[in-house]
Amino acid sequence: MQENVLLQMRQIEKSFPGVRALGGVDFTLRKGEIHALMGENGAGKSTLIKILTGVYHMDSGEVRVEGEKVSIHSPQDAQNKGISTVYQEITLCPNITVAENMFIGREKGIWINHKEREKRADEILGKLGIPARAKQQLGSCSLAVQQMVAIARAVDMQCKVLILDEPTSSLDDKEVKMLFDLMRDLKSRGVGIIFVTHFLEQVYEVSDRITVLRNGELVGEYLTEELPQVELVSKMIGKELEELSSMGEGDDKNAEAGEIFYEAEGLSSSETYPFNFNIRKGEVNGFTGLLGSGRSESVRAIFGADKVGGGSVKIKGKPVKITKPIDAMKNGIGYLAEDRKRDGIIAELSVRENIILALQVMNGMFKPISRSEAEAFADEYIKVLNIKTASRETPVGSLSGGNQQKVILARWLLTHPDYLILDEPTRGIDVGTKLEIQKLVLKLAEEGVSVTFISSEVEEMLRTCSRLIVMRDKHIVGELKGSDLNQTQVMKTIAGGEA
Amino acid sequence: MENSKIRKREPLTDTQLLMTITIGIFITMYAVAMIALQGGFLHAQQIFDMLNDNAPLIIVSCALTIVMIGGGIDISVGAVTSLTVMACVLYLNNGGNILVSVLLAIGIGLAFGLVQGFLISYLEIQPFIVTLAGLFFARGMTTILSVNPQKAEHAAFNKLREVQFVIPWLGYTARNGNVVPARIELGVLVAILCVVLVFIMLRYMKLGRNFYALGGNQQSALMLGINVKRTRFMSYILSGLLSGISGYVFMLHTGAGNATNAAGMEMNAIASSIIGGTLLTGGVGNVIGTFFGTLTLTTIKKIVVSSGLNDPWWQSITTGGMLCFFIILQSVVLSRRAKKKSA
Repeated sequence: MQENVLLQMRQIEKSFPGVRALGGVDFTLRKGEIHALMGENGAGKSTLIKILTGVYHMDSGEVRVEGEKVSIHSPQDAQNKGISTVYQEITLCPNITVAENMFIGREKGIWINHKEREKRADEILGKLGIPARAKQQLGSCSLAVQQMVAIARAVDMQCKVLILDEPTSSLDDKEVKMLFDLMRDLKSRGVGIIFVTHFLEQVYEVSDRITVLRNGELVGEYLTEELPQVELVSKMIGKELEELSSMGEGDDKNAEAGEIFYEAEGLSSSETYPFNFNIRKGEVNGFTGLLGSGRSESVRAIFGADKVGGGSVKIKGKPVKITKPIDAMKNGIGYLAEDRKRDGIIAELSVRENIILALQVMNGMFKPISRSEAEAFADEYIKVLNIKTASRETPVGSLSGGNQQKVILARWLLTHPDYLILDEPTRGIDVGTKLEIQKLVLKLAEEGVSVTFISSEVEEMLRTCSRLIVMRDKHIVGELKGSDLNQTQVMKTIAGGEA
Repeated sequence: MENSKIRKREPLTDTQLLMTITIGIFITMYAVAMIALQGGFLHAQQIFDMLNDNAPLIIVSCALTIVMIGGGIDISVGAVTSLTVMACVLYLNNGGNILVSVLLAIGIGLAFGLVQGFLISYLEIQPFIVTLAGLFFARGMTTILSVNPQKAEHAAFNKLREVQFVIPWLGYTARNGNVVPARIELGVLVAILCVVLVFIMLRYMKLGRNFYALGGNQQSALMLGINVKRTRFMSYILSGLLSGISGYVFMLHTGAGNATNAAGMEMNAIASSIIGGTLLTGGVGNVIGTFFGTLTLTTIKKIVVSSGLNDPWWQSITTGGMLCFFIILQSVVLSRRAKKKSA
């Protein structure tokens, strides 16, 4: 039909036991365009990508590459057909050189000509402006550069379609810019790029076209310049715009009056300098600062997750000792860790088992929670938090990121904490779930639970917190409340200098 | 682009770094022994003796290095060596042919490699368990073949055993005034050939580089298009093959089969590989390092003996201590490196 159509997916359907992941989705990619694939978690983005890369097989539908109907059997097969994917987690080997990572597994013959390879690798790296050297051990490059090496490999394999799955989530601003330059360069060479991300600004910065999915259905395909950001958000979450804006400024920031629940003086851990901190009953406050400023380390110190150095802690005015997470839990403190994959979920266990985990630990091993009780708890929280799962016995690993986060949240809510610490609870999850979690935080506060909230998105913190503790270089540099709680003031305090 | 010509040398990879450390430590240790203990350490024959006595260990250490780089482990190598010796001695004593005996050794090794490799790679059973079973099996088979030690009584073979390379100018003058020339046994040549071939395989062949990728990150190796199962399978086949060769070299050195031959050799081979800079976690290692690892290990033992600590346990204790020292050294060096990168 059109000359420059590179990839066409038509009426793609895919079901998993109990869940229909994709119901007749169309997707079209043209030559030399950057096409953002957007949607909430569970919208079907990953499923669509995985069908395209041969990880999953579609139930029905057809895929055409340059007009020719293809069936893709495996990731290897996809690569041979010119479809390459660069995943969020680097899928290269850190222990061998950059050049080897670019060529291994795709050469014929028995012998390797290192010289030739390294020359070629340096050429490609130079051409694409990637700051890596062929002979360098890959592990000595930054994550961003490693990702670019993966892209260079794909480019050298003559890929026509390049899929970038959340490529920017572990990169800093400078690295993101480098990646975008590379993407634009590839685009000018006629490569079609599918860009999957949660960062809206990045979509507007780099993409030409946007396809939005919701609940496994196609919402539509739009030119980026013709779709305002608010509208994109509303299309993704399928909610009315009013609801979004009414979230604006929370009114219930009147927690000044409550009694002090937790108070630390000179608290320090192996990762922090001594600091003072307190939180009132029903208060929502937050630690803010740049990544690495010590905000996570501070809450870890409160929870006793790192080796505690010194300082005194009072809960409801009574001195207590918190040196281990179990001490904190016994004192009614819950902690939702920053890295949910590493510190949070146990992927192989079911939703039910993950939810009752913390409660079981609190009860001790001699007071097991009965099966029926556990099932009731699980069902209750799946409903309350609107967790999208096939059943309560589904392994948590197969849920989408946002729903995994809700499972962990359910785990802590079940212990009825007086004080809940949420470290980046909304990272890498979709807008809709983000809003749900923010609402939940405010609701908990109304019920008298104290919450400490950490997020990289200042806007989100301003919306939920009544007091912000600003950190820079592992020190608390300011505390903002009331009228000081605005974006400019926060930025100024983080950046330092005169306010 | 201009400065690409005056770019300084690439920093060492982890593999190169660990190997360099090992060689450095070996040379220092040997130099200290030469100065402090003198005696045998001043003669070239000391090194040749170490090689003569440990040629089989060098070969199975190569085998372990291959398997460990691929992220696996093979503890059957010593037992397979022992079984090979016994089988070949009995075969020769029953009027066998030398060439066929070599093929028999290789065949036994390959058979173990094939079966173990298949179980580990295609049925995905833990390598430790599979090769532990292989160890018991081979030890048992050796005893079934003969409970009593068997001396090789085969004219042609015993001639072959006596093949030595004599280097007069590296010899020394004994106390009675006789000049004793330096002697290198045939097995050492085989061992060095193995080291060279394995080195070439690991460095310049696709298969060798695939071992590194496999040990570095199995999932990534798969995504990079490497046939992970076949690669792992090959590592165990090579390990079996080298164990068979090690058995033949062992027989050339001792000339007798014994159920207790090569007891604990697998542990010494693991130790040699680790001292030589191979990481148990896979993906890092080098057979030249392993060669020096074996030399380091045997030098430690020689030093202990020369220091008058003749009881066998002193060797074990110092070996254990050194192994600990090397592992700590490696992890300190690598973690400092990782810190530097993130800084």
